Amino acid sequence: MASMAAPRPLLRMTGIEKSFPGVRALASVDLEVGAGEIHACIGENGAGKSTLLKILSGALTPDAGTIEFDGRAVAFTAPKDAQTSGIVTIYQEFSLAPDMTVAENVFIGREPGSQLFISRRRMEAQTLELARRIGLERSPHALVRDLSVAEQQLVEVARALSIKSRLIVMDEPTSALSRSEVEKLFAIIRRLRADGISTIFVTHRLEEVFEICDRYTVLRDGRHVGSGAVADATMDRFINLMVGRELALLAPRTDSSATGTVALAVQGLSRKRKRSDASAIELHDVSFAVRKGEILGIAGLVGAGRTETARAILGADRVDAGRILVDGQPMRITSPRDAIRAGIGLVPEDRKQQALFLELAVRTNVSIAVLDRVTTLRVFISGRKEDALVDEYRRRLNIRMASANQQVGTLSGGNQQKIVLARWLALRPKVLIVDEPTRGIDVGAKVEVHNLLFQMAASGIAIVVISSELPEILALSDRVLLMRGGRVTGELARSEASQEKLMTLMALGQRHAA
Amino acid sequence: MTEAVADKQQPAPTDMARGFDAFSFLARFAPLIFLLVLMAVFALLEPRFVSSVNLFNVMRQVSITGLLAIGMTFVILTAGIDLSVGSLLAFAGLAAAAVAKGGLQDRFTVGDAAIGYGWPLALLAAVAVGLAGGYLQGLAITRLKVPPFVVTLGGMSAFRGAALLFAAGGPISGFQPDFAWWGQGRILTVPVPVIIFLAAAVIAHVVLRYTHFGRRVYAVGGNPEAARLAGLNVSGIICSVYVIMGLFVGLGAFVLAARLNSAEAVAGTGYELTVIASVVIGGTSLFGGAGSIFGTVIGTVLIGVLLNGLVLMNVSSYIQQIIIGIIIVLAVAFDTFAKSRRRKA
Repeated sequence: MASMAAPRPLLRMTGIEKSFPGVRALASVDLEVGAGEIHACIGENGAGKSTLLKILSGALTPDAGTIEFDGRAVAFTAPKDAQTSGIVTIYQEFSLAPDMTVAENVFIGREPGSQLFISRRRMEAQTLELARRIGLERSPHALVRDLSVAEQQLVEVARALSIKSRLIVMDEPTSALSRSEVEKLFAIIRRLRADGISTIFVTHRLEEVFEICDRYTVLRDGRHVGSGAVADATMDRFINLMVGRELALLAPRTDSSATGTVALAVQGLSRKRKRSDASAIELHDVSFAVRKGEILGIAGLVGAGRTETARAILGADRVDAGRILVDGQPMRITSPRDAIRAGIGLVPEDRKQQALFLELAVRTNVSIAVLDRVTTLRVFISGRKEDALVDEYRRRLNIRMASANQQVGTLSGGNQQKIVLARWLALRPKVLIVDEPTRGIDVGAKVEVHNLLFQMAASGIAIVVISSELPEILALSDRVLLMRGGRVTGELARSEASQEKLMTLMALGQRHAA
Repeated sequence: MTEAVADKQQPAPTDMARGFDAFSFLARFAPLIFLLVLMAVFALLEPRFVSSVNLFNVMRQVSITGLLAIGMTFVILTAGIDLSVGSLLAFAGLAAAAVAKGGLQDRFTVGDAAIGYGWPLALLAAVAVGLAGGYLQGLAITRLKVPPFVVTLGGMSAFRGAALLFAAGGPISGFQPDFAWWGQGRILTVPVPVIIFLAAAVIAHVVLRYTHFGRRVYAVGGNPEAARLAGLNVSGIICSVYVIMGLFVGLGAFVLAARLNSAEAVAGTGYELTVIASVVIGGTSLFGGAGSIFGTVIGTVLIGVLLNGLVLMNVSSYIQQIIIGIIIVLAVAFDTFAKSRRRKA
């Protein structure tokens, strides 16, 4: 390409817009990345980062806006288009074939050789060269299944390099890595920068932005709210840009409804990794208690074991040891059915995959767990009783919908989450575990969901809230439990908890002497 | 009441239905519209097609596969599949025949009341074999965690083998007239198998639409993980749809034996394809969670009308097979297209 006096950015996305049914994910977002630049893309969950990156990688097509890459206007309709142009995205969930070798994964779809036959020798030699370049100390013949998470990530990087990509997009690459692995990855990213390859780095860990990134772009609620050189930025500025408006809106819990009696006690919950699920997160002697009307927040980084603890309590995953007591009574829980009978409910973290029947009507989604309550002759569903049930929760939760027969998939994220909450409220649980209560829903609905959780606590339900958003944990909780590496590492009363303190404890894992 | 009114005054525009959508209406009734168009075309090209004799004939021909298709709708709604229906049908039919004849000795003579048993016991035998076969497969799917495709592929072979072994190669023919009536009789000119088929369809429709069991079948098919986390007995529901399939296989076997006045080990060969095609053409999603008995009835009749019309027009049976194959693929392609459009809307 012709050189110019003013450096032309490698990538320029302008005025990108994208809407999904009921949600506007991106509103006129810009992103510029220079050649040989490490660019941080930051923002809270639901800010629109993943949507923007999916558009860049060709997995989604934008409703409006233009993309210029290397000075040419491009329009990607499939991931292959982006790859051909030299943009490779490495997602949090790797796209590797576990039962194929390292070399096969690196060259999948682009195997060297003649028209007909693959040249294994050439493929493996090239893989070895790439592996050396990025410090992957594994044979090209090794099965990807046998690699650690960090090594698998390097295989993805090797694949990106083998495509001769000029821009590598990494979505939360450090979330599952240890500190030494992170340093190794950063060294590789810096070496790539020296070779003129740009990286877009998506992260929640702001200190990493200062450590490695040259420039940054901050998104909030689907809008571009700031960008510039990292050298000129401060942590405060980032936090202001990311959460500014929201901190003002989320009213913290002012008075606690907690009473003396313990509703849920978890004792010594443990789970060892087995060969069959090598990537499973272990739990080590997880114990805690929640009182009636109390909201207990569980904070921790991705992989700390929060979701695993919740699923174990619900009987959704097996455990090796541990006891669960509801109202002081030990409960035998081997399936979600048992847990529900014992009075425990779980609003799972991924509402679309784990909670909703997207193709089915609102009525089914609300009543499915309590169908026995809306029947006549114990068999036939009474439309009248079911309508009454749906209507009750529609009013109580202020769910905005056209009718009980509307498909749940056509509702906005906030209303979908309210439907899930309605299902669990209808079961009248003693304990409700809410995993990421407001992920991917807009700020207005967030406030409503928070108020609902307060109301539920006030009615005597013991609530456990798991959230990756610290402001949310702080706003909701009477007490905060910290987890790291599958262990409970600390506990803070609301009066002692602050965002900085939590962040430090989560990141460093010191046992807090309460 | 006042609260409800107040709510309605401030709708969130994005969440409200967008009124009448011609495309989604068409998509929903596509099988029925296609059937009506097809019948109109045949009626124009071949006047014999519209005679009541011919139309009843079509309905009687499809009633057996139609019964199986009703059961298959339950299975496919859970994202399952049952390839064993043809084989199990043969086995169950032989069981009914053997009971009706009081054994395998005089397999060709019209049975004497003295040795054989009446049709109620024969029906019971067929249904018992069907239920047992379905239950076994349901257990293998839920307990051994073998995919339905594999389990029922095994069942397809095993039940056929059992039927051949049981029949020792030959057919069992010649039943009492009151047995044969179930396949050959008429009530007010309507063939009995047609009445059984339609009655079964109505009952199945009620079960799927208006009972908590039916609702749970849709939920398990729509999102098994969500169903499990909502406390549903997912294994139990999956197992029970194969038992229901078995019930319809037993019923179909009884009616088929009565209509042919004979049962043989090779009966029902290839039925699984016609049956699955009927369900799929009727709009039930192979991914589970979406579909209806109404659609299955339309799909069943559609295949029957198509074959009948082509026969009347002297189209060779080879070409008929090609046409059916193409229609199956087009029906699913249309369904996928309609769904992706709905997502984008």
